[in-house]
Amino acid sequence: MPKHYVSALFTGLIFGLGLLLSGMANPAKVLGFLDLAGNWDPSLLLVMGGAIAIGLVAFSIAGRRSHSLLGQAMRLPLKRELDQRLILGSLGFGVGWGIAGLCPGPALVALGAGAPKAIVFVAAMLTGMALFEWFERKPAA
Amino acid sequence: MKFDMLAFTPWSALAGGILIGLAAAMFILLNGRIAGISGILGGLLAPVKGDIAWRLAFLGGMVIAPVLWRIAASLPTLEITASYPMLVIAGLLVGISTRYGSGCTSGHGVCGISRLSPRSLAATAAFMTSGFLTVFVIRHVLGV
Repeated sequence: MPKHYVSALFTGLIFGLGLLLSGMANPAKVLGFLDLAGNWDPSLLLVMGGAIAIGLVAFSIAGRRSHSLLGQAMRLPLKRELDQRLILGSLGFGVGWGIAGLCPGPALVALGAGAPKAIVFVAAMLTGMALFEWFERKPAA
Repeated sequence: MKFDMLAFTPWSALAGGILIGLAAAMFILLNGRIAGISGILGGLLAPVKGDIAWRLAFLGGMVIAPVLWRIAASLPTLEITASYPMLVIAGLLVGISTRYGSGCTSGHGVCGISRLSPRSLAATAAFMTSGFLTVFVIRHVLGV
């Protein structure tokens, strides 16, 4: 098996364990962060802070390389300008996130934990993603 | 705003965040890819030959994380309070919008901010704001 498949598997595993350890796989805890007017739980800020502290170092190294350590092309997004799709999409995502307390990563972890509600959420999310592909590929009338 | 000191878990949040950061670091340095879950998942719905197995491997790792966790310790509580109809609406919105906006909490919130990307900073500000407003409306206006 190519090494980069093995590294992808391990990376996904560590990401999932990080979500579990951080408490972010628990939608009730995420909603505790999003509920500024209630009893506010700032834990999510520390999760992001810890992740970004490591990420800053890693991405500054990655930015100076053309290939990964396993010889894969370095695929860093190049686009820098803001556009309507980015903002509207992100606003819409926040609404869904606020309704359920679930975003894509934690939803997959909750699915692996066997939560029936996570199965429904992931099925709806995949349907939404498939709808997006369908709209994108439909030729303009 | 009142701090919920009972719910606040600074050490496990920080430690879990560092693990998430390590995963993002490994993925860019070993695979040359952004660890953005919506992008990795979405790429499977418009499959390109030779671009599928790594996505399945990464997503498989995420899904088996709780299975492996359970071997060593009891799983933390995963409490999903939203009703089934609301979960369907939320899932559809998250699916369409993360693809339309090119990312979610992982791709924009963790990796993008780590890259100091202006797009990801704006995206994160946008989804945090609409997330705060949505929870405010649901809990304090509608009182659900």
